Amino acid sequence: MSENVLHVENITMQFGGVVAINNLSMDINKGEIVALIGPNGAGKTTAFNCVTGVYEPTNGLVSFNGEVIVRNHPSGKMKKLYAGQNADKYPEKPVSHTPDQITRRGIARTFQNIRLFKSQSVFNNVLIATHLRRTSNVFTATFRLNAREEKRMREETLELLKIVGLDGLKDELATSLPYGQQRRLEIVRALATKPKLLLLDEPAAGMNPQETDELGQFICQIKDRFDLTVFLIEHHMNLVMDISDRIYVIDFGKQIAEGTPAEVQNNPAVIAAYLGVDESEEKEAGA
Amino acid sequence: MKKNTKTIVNLVLLALLFLAVWVIERTSSASSMLITVLKKGAIYALIAVSMNLLNGFTGLFSLGQAGFMLVGAYTYAVLTIPVAKRVAVYQMYAGGAIHFQLPWLVGILLAGAVAALFAALIGYPVLRLKSDYLAIATLGFAEIIRAIIQYEKLGPITNGSLLLKTYPTFKSTLFPFAAAAICIGIIVLLINSTYGRAFKAIRDDEIAAEAMGINLFRHKQMAFIISSFFAGVGGALLAMYQGTLQANAFKAAMTYEILLIVVIGGMGSVTGSVLASFLFIACSEWWLRFLDAEQFIGSFQVPLLRSGFRMVVFSVVIMIVVLFFRRGIMGDKEFDVEGISKWCRRKFGKGGAKA
Repeated sequence: MSENVLHVENITMQFGGVVAINNLSMDINKGEIVALIGPNGAGKTTAFNCVTGVYEPTNGLVSFNGEVIVRNHPSGKMKKLYAGQNADKYPEKPVSHTPDQITRRGIARTFQNIRLFKSQSVFNNVLIATHLRRTSNVFTATFRLNAREEKRMREETLELLKIVGLDGLKDELATSLPYGQQRRLEIVRALATKPKLLLLDEPAAGMNPQETDELGQFICQIKDRFDLTVFLIEHHMNLVMDISDRIYVIDFGKQIAEGTPAEVQNNPAVIAAYLGVDESEEKEAGA
Repeated sequence: MKKNTKTIVNLVLLALLFLAVWVIERTSSASSMLITVLKKGAIYALIAVSMNLLNGFTGLFSLGQAGFMLVGAYTYAVLTIPVAKRVAVYQMYAGGAIHFQLPWLVGILLAGAVAALFAALIGYPVLRLKSDYLAIATLGFAEIIRAIIQYEKLGPITNGSLLLKTYPTFKSTLFPFAAAAICIGIIVLLINSTYGRAFKAIRDDEIAAEAMGINLFRHKQMAFIISSFFAGVGGALLAMYQGTLQANAFKAAMTYEILLIVVIGGMGSVTGSVLASFLFIACSEWWLRFLDAEQFIGSFQVPLLRSGFRMVVFSVVIMIVVLFFRRGIMGDKEFDVEGISKWCRRKFGKGGAKA
């Protein structure tokens, strides 16, 4: 059994009366590629947002490499509204971090709708992500007393761009790149923060089959090269089945299946969630 | 072109500019409009660039600039009035509460520091707001500061709503140019540093910037404090230029003037702000002045020309700029060697290819 990287325990995210994620637990081990799939609106991105500090979950715990990064229990107005389970399981003082603090700990992410720095060049987009590991302060940086560090940042950036083959386009405006390369650039930018865990939110969205294949290879390649653990949300089933070691399936915020690609593919609950079920079959299943 | 050559060429251009200013000063009379425009334009250029750092580079829509200028101007004036002349200045307040005088350079630096301190304090609550709400809060702050400075009880320090005068001023046109050039130079260095890149990232996409590990609040606060520091220095220079100082002059209209310069010059362009500030000051102080007086062509009196008409024409000019040059004169480009050579290549390179 390899070492645990991300541990999600009984996460419930409730927006007012709407339960977006219901008692979700997941474990991701070092070196794995784990996929999170589910029909539209199942709460996949919300789960990502809970892990990266964009949302504060209503209840539950998230730990990264053994350190608790998020912990909460329903309190205040939420106490009455809370519709989930395990309301009293985490009575300790809530723990929360802002997205930048979580990125600093080594979780980097990309976005479902590409969020590049629009007015910046490809090079600068990646360079900005190296700001995180700076040692200079605003004075030394302004008066160029950090020349060595600045040089290192630029070298690192150039090297990353070379690895992914974007170095020829480094002076182009980020938004002028073709769609597939914008996706790739977003992944490179996330890599520049030197993460241990990479969260990819629908990296293959809008790609054709060939681009999707290339992306799959690319993900495996960077995973090995940078010693990463990858957690991704994806709708392209071919990609998911090809590259992931394990899959979590959620529907309406609840986990409905977990296992290897082969196990998940043949799981009746998953087929039902994706294709729907006949009423007659449903009755049979109930009986 | 290599980076070093570019820096050298830019510095040479800057030196030529200084030489030109020096020659103009030598050859024209001290009261000429050109000198006025150059002096005031240089000071406004600094203030506009400091505002651009916030509005154009960090994407914080702040309207507190007049407030920080006021703080800077008063800090400078109050601390540098000669002790012997304080009795005459603080007539109503028995010579005032302060009985020492600081050298002018210390005064200017303190002007920036005090403005920055105010920015740090009000930044805590205010920077949690976004866009229009931030604008309203900072605008409110500027008005409150003005009211506080005019407060009767503070008279021994600020001289209430009366004039402050006899503090050290400058005569040479080169002084505001040098001061503005140093300050703008520092801002440019900041913008091109790793922190400047982080500011621009926040402007482009806050959520992505935060996901890349940029602490939003700390960086916004940093931009706010630095911008206010230079606004404070600009305020002190403006006080020196005017010779007398009264809080009433630093109304919201002044912030709008500077915002206008920033918008006309181009959000996110330092040289745009500088060019626009000279153009703006030249228009409002010099080129459009004739519109305010009655003019006769032979015995025919030109209609409409009377006191205040200048502002009407000025407003129309601004509307035209905003309608047809939506991104300002410079957009987010810079007017330097690199920008010019790129522009030339675009304009003439294409023509050459066709021929």
